[in-house]
This record gives sequence, C-alpha cells and structure tokens, in this order.
Amino acid sequence: MGSKQLERSDLGALFRELAAEGRTIVGPTVRDGAIVYDEIATDNDLPIGWIDEQSAGSYRLVRSGRDGCFDFVVGPHSWKRFLHPPQVRLWSARREGQRLAIEEAGHESPRYAFIGVRGCELEAIARQDRIFLEGEYVDATYRGNRQDSFLVAVNCGRAGGSCFCVSMGTGPRAGAGYDLALTEVIDEQRHYFLIEAGSESGRALIDRLPVREAGAVELAAASARIEATEASMGRSMETDGLRELLQARATSAQWDEIAKRCLTCANCTMVCPTCFCTTVEDVTDLTGDHAERWRSWDSCFTMDFSWIHGGSVRPSASARYRHWMTHKLSSWIDQFGTSGCVGCGRCITWCPVGIDITEEVRIMREAADREHAAEEGVQ
Amino acid sequence: MRKKRRPKLAVWKFSSCDGCQLSLLDCEDELLTLAGEIEIANFPEASRAVVRGPYDLSLVEGSITTEHDAARIREVRRLSKRLVTIGACATTGGIQALRNFGDVRQLIPLVYARPEYIRTLDRSTPIADHVTVDFELQGCPIDKRQLLEVITAFLHGRKPRISAASVCIECKRRGNVCVTVAHGTPCLGPLVHAGCGAICPSYNRGCYGCFGPMESPNPSSLSDHWLREGMNPDEVTRAFRGFTANAEPFRRESERHERKE
Ligand code: SF4
Ligand code: SF4
Ligand code: SF4
Repeated sequence: MGSKQLERSDLGALFRELAAEGRTIVGPTVRDGAIVYDEIATDNDLPIGWIDEQSAGSYRLVRSGRDGCFDFVVGPHSWKRFLHPPQVRLWSARREGQRLAIEEAGHESPRYAFIGVRGCELEAIARQDRIFLEGEYVDATYRGNRQDSFLVAVNCGRAGGSCFCVSMGTGPRAGAGYDLALTEVIDEQRHYFLIEAGSESGRALIDRLPVREAGAVELAAASARIEATEASMGRSMETDGLRELLQARATSAQWDEIAKRCLTCANCTMVCPTCFCTTVEDVTDLTGDHAERWRSWDSCFTMDFSWIHGGSVRPSASARYRHWMTHKLSSWIDQFGTSGCVGCGRCITWCPVGIDITEEVRIMREAADREHAAEEGVQ
Repeated sequence: MRKKRRPKLAVWKFSSCDGCQLSLLDCEDELLTLAGEIEIANFPEASRAVVRGPYDLSLVEGSITTEHDAARIREVRRLSKRLVTIGACATTGGIQALRNFGDVRQLIPLVYARPEYIRTLDRSTPIADHVTVDFELQGCPIDKRQLLEVITAFLHGRKPRISAASVCIECKRRGNVCVTVAHGTPCLGPLVHAGCGAICPSYNRGCYGCFGPMESPNPSSLSDHWLREGMNPDEVTRAFRGFTANAEPFRRESERHERKE
C-alpha cells in the first residue's frame, strides 16, 4: 500500500476510529504554558496554532500565526509517563495471624493510542522496550501498558532550539516502530497530512479513514518539509568515538566545572525519555499489620541512589553528573548496544540552569584534542 | 500481638506558631490508631493530662530564642530517649530567625509597646545547635503524612522513609510544567528538600523553600542564573530570606548578595 493523504478537516476521523477500538487516546495538548501529553478526545484538543521556543533552561509557547496541529516539538513530558509511570504500587501485604497475605497490585493497563510520537521518541520507546521487555526480566507494568499500544508518529515539520536528533540518527523522520506516521503539510491552497502505515493494525485503520492516494506533489511536499527540519537542527553532537572519549576522561577537570553549575536537582533524568531508574520503597501503617511496596522514578542525581552501607558512593555533584552523562553516551552502548541519548534535547531545555549536554561534549572533545596536540608537540 | 507497653510520646513547644504540632491532631483518620500504639503522655495542645517522663519519643517544635528555652531544651533532651525536631523553626530557626540578620535590640521597640519587658536572645537558632537531635523533619508546616511516617518508623525500629532530594523530583513525578523554565518564575525547588509534594509549583508558584535545604544544595549556581535572567541582588537576597533563611546554605547565599551599607 502506498502513502495516502488525509485532509486536515478529516483528522477527527482518526480520533473517532481509535476511540471506537476502545483506546485511551493520549496526545499533545496545551496546559500551564507548555505542551504536555494527556488524555485528549478530539483533534480540537491538539495545540493548534502553537509553537514552542526552546533554548537551554527556557521554554515559551508562542502563536505560530497559522493553524498547524503539530508545529511544536517535544515538551516536558514523554511517553514514559504512561508506559513506565512515575509511581506504581507493586504489591501490598496484610498480617493475618501468623502469616502474611500478599496481594498483587494487578494494574488495569489501558489500551493506549499515542498521537504525535516523534522520531526521537519512537527510538526512546525502543530503548525502554529493550530494557523492560527484551532482557532477562520482563517488567509486568511496562508490558501491560506497552503491548497493545498504537503509535501514531509525526514526522517533525520544524526543529526546536534544543533538538539534535540528526546527530543521534533518530529523526526528524520517524523510523521503525510506528503504526501510522503523519506528515503535516500546509501550503497556500491546502492543509493535509501524508499518512503512512507501519504495521498491519495501521493499515487496517487507514482503510477506515476517508483518505485518498497521495500523488507525487504531496509526497514531494512532505519530504521537503522533513528535509527542511533536518537542515535546521537547534543543536548537534559529534558522536564519533564518543564512547571511548568519555571513558578516557573520567578524571577530567571538566566534571568539576559542571559541578559548579549543576544543582543535582534531577530534572534532566526525570524528563529524559530513556532514563528508567526507580527506587523501591516499603511502607507500613502505624500498626505494622499492613505493608505496601511502591516503585517511583528515581535519579542518579540523588544521594540515596548510590547509598550503600556507610554512605553515598557519589557524594559530589561532579561524580553524579559524570555518572549520568557517561552512562547516557558511553556505557549504555556497552550495556545495550546503542547510545542512551536520542537527541530530544529535553535535558537541555528543562535544566533550571541550562546545562547543555551537547555543549559539555564539545568542551570535553576540545580539551581532549588540545591534550592530544600537546602530546604530539612533545614527541 | 499485644505489645507489652506502649511507648510514651511527648510533644514540646518552643518559639513557634503551633502549626507543626497541630499536624499531629490533623491526622484525624489515624489518630485513634496512633493513640492505640503510643501513649500520648505529654501534649498540651491535645490534653492537659500530663504523664511524667522519661519519654520514649519527643517531638520538638520551635526554635530557641530565650535563655529560659535554651535551658528547657536541655531538660527535654534529658527526659527523651529519642528526640525528633519538627518544622522549619526547630530545624533551621524559622521565620523568627530573620532577626539574625539585623540587630534585635533595634527591632524590639518596633514590635512591643513595653520593650523593657522583653528578654530575648540575639539570634533564633535550631534545636540541633543546643542538643543532640535524632532526626530532623523539615517543613513549614511539616507534612502530616511524613510525620506519621516518622512515628511509624520509630514504632517499628526502622529508618524513616523521608527523601532528602529536591522538590523538583516530586514536581516532575506529578507531571507539573516547570514554572522556572516555562514561565520564568524563580523557584527554589532545585535547592529545597522534598516532602511537600511540590505544592506551590502545582499552583504555578515558585517554591518558597519551606522545607529547607535539600541534601546537596548549590544555591550560588541558581542565584547566578537568576542574576543573568535579570533579577537584582536585593531580590535574590529576599528569595533566600524566607521560613528557612537561617539554614546555613541559604543564610550564606542571602548574605553573598546583601548590599552592605
Ligand atoms: S539525554 Fe537529554 S537529549 Fe538525550 S534523550 Fe535524554 S533528555 Fe533527550
Ligand atoms: S544537569 Fe541540570 S537538570 Fe540535571 S541535575 Fe544538574 S542542574 Fe539539574
Ligand atoms: S517548578 Fe520548581 S520545583 Fe518544579 S521542576 Fe521547576 S524548579 Fe523544580
């Protein structure tokens, strides 16, 4: 099946069809001055006419002057909020005489449809799939939320100020893993979507939508828009040899420089769509007859994260930032075969003091190059 | 299983507004269970009946602002097996520690009609400056669920499950939009101890720092950022002069930006 085109005025049909399948539709919507992911009902809930201006430590919504549905990029939320929720009760237990009665939490997993998944986000989901579904242990909560999810991808028609998906090879065109992919085109005459299926269920859904075959003009217009995005990335990161570079720079003075700015607030890890760490805590009530085990998002920026008998293994901010960045960009490759970073830029935008991972890599590289040049000079 | 003897609880008040100890009475749903597990032996806000010490657990509210209190806290310590301070006053000196930044003798006539009746110390100080404290529960006021957790942990002989990381973590778990990044509203959240559940950012306000410093605060980075964003040094000073102004990292930071006459 080739690509189809869907008129903007028919986008509502996609929502109706997904709802008819009994799906919980989650997508971008405006709240509190940002575009967040939340349950939405119709295309009217999309951030129509809004774009986000992003830079290190700053995010502002502004009117775009046209009625695009997906002209913004990624915001403070990511899909992990739904697939890997911030707080989950794993089980509870009650004392019954001399024995413990354990109750499993038994979560209801909605049948999700995610609308507007970007290329970097599809990759981020794939990286969390690897961790939660494809390792030795399968995470039941994640599997429940993920297994029947329907992903409607959007090819980005605009790059944000913090985006660097091109460097990480994850966008702006959606790669594998979607059920449907949309490219929004707005020209003088028309407002429509190029729509492509990436799975059997995607194909089946297209068949129920009021689409027409896409012609050469529509295909060319959609490609041109994605190429323009590709050429206007807000940031870039040289990844060549990055794994080795960071391994060799564990004692760099740069970490202490970063530590002067880093607040160890953990925002970067909370917003990162691939960060997956959690803490598991047991709670009891006053009587001690009832206990619960909870799992919550945690971060390598806290002291408790690396607390072993006697104290935290990473008491300094430099050790914590180094651990985070080196895991993301270097040891993740050893562990899972890919980088832990998909280039979404969230950690840059949502860092309260604007620490920029791409800039830190650049400085790290320059220092390595300088040292290298100095060594050559000596010889 | 019936316990042999219920541990004895005492609640003490020093310079404070009573808000924190009232959090205990606020635990309406749990109060009867609590009374079943622990003997409320000395809690003037709840009952005039006083059981004599020693006490297994003392909750101490308020800061030390008079010589009389400085002596009394030593007596409380002597009577208490475990002493837990509750609230910003007891853990940092409280809002009344704003006097620490000025001259209290000049302030007294501004407040009291008969200054000669007032006997007070120059500074308001946290309990831990005077006696050994077993656990500090921060907050202005404290969070009642955290208070129950501390008491529960005490009853079961385990460590209280109280995270000392930033408010930002609670804020992000809740799914809030960051008021600093998205609105340009100054927020102390990255420097402040979790526990409130990020109440203020949830209502689009910046964090005021009621819960005091988090485990590894870096105030100078945040205030340098504020200055770059256009805040003036007076505003930075004032941001740190709230309910926990006397907490060491906040005190140092506000003094760094204070204009010297
Ligand atoms: S490290 Fe930063 S840019 Fe990379 S995926 Fe995480 S949030 Fe996005
Ligand atoms: S890099 Fe930024 S967001 Fe991450 S912990 Fe440090 S200050 Fe917070
Ligand atoms: S609003 Fe405040 S507490 Fe919330 S993430 Fe931003 S800086 Fe942290």
